[in-house]
Amino acid sequence: MEVKMKKFLFLSLILVMAVTLFASTTITIKGSDTLVRLGQRWAEEYMKNNPDVIIQVSGGGSGTGIAALLNGATDICEASRDMKEKEYKLAREKGIEPYRVAVALDGIAVFLNEKNPVDKLTFLELKDIYTGVITNWKEVGGNDAQIILYGRENNSGTYVFFKEHVLDEEDFYEYTQTLPGTAAVVNAVSKDENGLGYGGIAWATGVKFAAVSKTAEEEAVLPTTESVSSGEYPISRDLYWFFNGKPTGELKNLLNWTLSPEGQKLAAEIDYVPLSAERAKENMIK
Amino acid sequence: MQELKFKPKSKIREFLGEKFISVSAFSALIGILLIFTFIFKEAIPVFTDPEVQEEASLDKMVFKQEYYEGRDPKWAWQPTSTVPKFSLYPLFLGTIKAAIIAMLFAAPLGVGAAIYSSEFASRRMREIIKPVIELLAAIPSVVLGFFSLIVLATVLQNVFGLTFRLNAMNAGIALGLAVIPIIFTVAEDAMTSVPNSLRDAAIALGANPWQVSFTMVFPAALPGIAAGIVLGFGRAVGETMIVLMASGNAAIISGDFFDSVRTFSATIAAELAEVVFGSTHYTVLFFIGTLLFVFTFIINLGGEMALNRIKEKLQGRTE
Repeated sequence: MEVKMKKFLFLSLILVMAVTLFASTTITIKGSDTLVRLGQRWAEEYMKNNPDVIIQVSGGGSGTGIAALLNGATDICEASRDMKEKEYKLAREKGIEPYRVAVALDGIAVFLNEKNPVDKLTFLELKDIYTGVITNWKEVGGNDAQIILYGRENNSGTYVFFKEHVLDEEDFYEYTQTLPGTAAVVNAVSKDENGLGYGGIAWATGVKFAAVSKTAEEEAVLPTTESVSSGEYPISRDLYWFFNGKPTGELKNLLNWTLSPEGQKLAAEIDYVPLSAERAKENMIK
Repeated sequence: MQELKFKPKSKIREFLGEKFISVSAFSALIGILLIFTFIFKEAIPVFTDPEVQEEASLDKMVFKQEYYEGRDPKWAWQPTSTVPKFSLYPLFLGTIKAAIIAMLFAAPLGVGAAIYSSEFASRRMREIIKPVIELLAAIPSVVLGFFSLIVLATVLQNVFGLTFRLNAMNAGIALGLAVIPIIFTVAEDAMTSVPNSLRDAAIALGANPWQVSFTMVFPAALPGIAAGIVLGFGRAVGETMIVLMASGNAAIISGDFFDSVRTFSATIAAELAEVVFGSTHYTVLFFIGTLLFVFTFIINLGGEMALNRIKEKLQGRTE
């Protein structure tokens, strides 16, 4: 092609790109690695039905998302934990009004290697294991081998939740190896016969779940969509979307769509636990 | 007479050209100064702010602390605990352990390859070996980290029957792979810079190639090889991605090389994204960053300066 023709095509390509960018709304979603798969799936589906909206989803941990919201670097923050007092205070100082909506539920599963003879653990056993009081599998009915602990980094909402609810705010045993994401934890436990890990249910492949009971007398429950939804499974939590102020316009449409039966069904399809119908309706913005 | 190929340039153009180039050179220097200033500025509250010093004064970061009444004083890194703990010692130990393993693995291999390549290899072999080893330097560190996380860790665990799959040895070997090209390049350069007159003298006195290398060339190049090892050490200390993925990131104090470690660089990478801006945790992370910066800067500067002096000496130049 002659040079002039090339220049023309190049310029028109730039023009088309610029026009599409100007003609559309861009929504950024950042935050929890637990939620990122769901966020991406929702974004894909929403963009299919609304071609003039561009949604960019990325992970990095709940802490990263919240920091981004506070810095105005994102429209929506996905978080698998609530914001801390310090963070709420900092937000108000920066003129941000965090608006929190629960968009799905999640159970924190405890992962065991498939070859591990242990099947169930009580809350107290889990706490003792992760604080270093119990260090050998034989103390909980398994083989005579050291328990290798895997966990998340301290910027993870999963880490914070587990610490609050299972460890009662005690420190993790310093021999806990930290990995950058639930998928990495699952991978590590699947390769380590004596490994123990925790993380969102939606990620488990190649490992088995431990049935968890609150006390030694109660029945141990496996984490499934039903047991988490009904509250039977003891380690469950809300997954949140945080906005800066009550969402309007395209953000409001997106939120209401995710809370609609269609959006919640999509969540269930990829192994997240949907909210109950009443709660979903309650959370929608009128 | 032939026409002059280079027309005499105007004085102004020459002057501007010179100034422009020197500005570019200085901007790199200024950049480094600015980076250091920014990092150090964020770390200053460790020395000045009483609120920060309550949890993380220099004293608290270095020595054992009694965090809970009645329990033994200990070193611990738990910055997000209800009682925040900021001991730097476990992190320091982790950094050194991983770096030492990397050097023990990389130095013999790198120097050995350099000796082979400069003294014993045929010209053709050298033309193949040199670029291939330097290709190791082109592998992104995240790929090396991924390799050691998925493949190397399993291999090590099966061969040695280890308790911990992700440990210092795992990270150290992968770090070593990243460091080998640095040591190789500098050491090889040092050995080829040794003037042939030394080799000729040895041969004239009846030495065989082996003796020439180890009694004449190697000692002469030793300062250069040492500089290469020092530069490699600097790289091993600062490397982040490999240790983040392969070392297990557990901040423990132990002499066992098969235990997990947590390094300075991995700590910053893993935790900085979350911290509340301006908090004690934030300040301590920047303090660690300053430490790393200063340490690697001194190592690299020292290595470079030593190298320059050696080169001048060997090539017979005087200042």
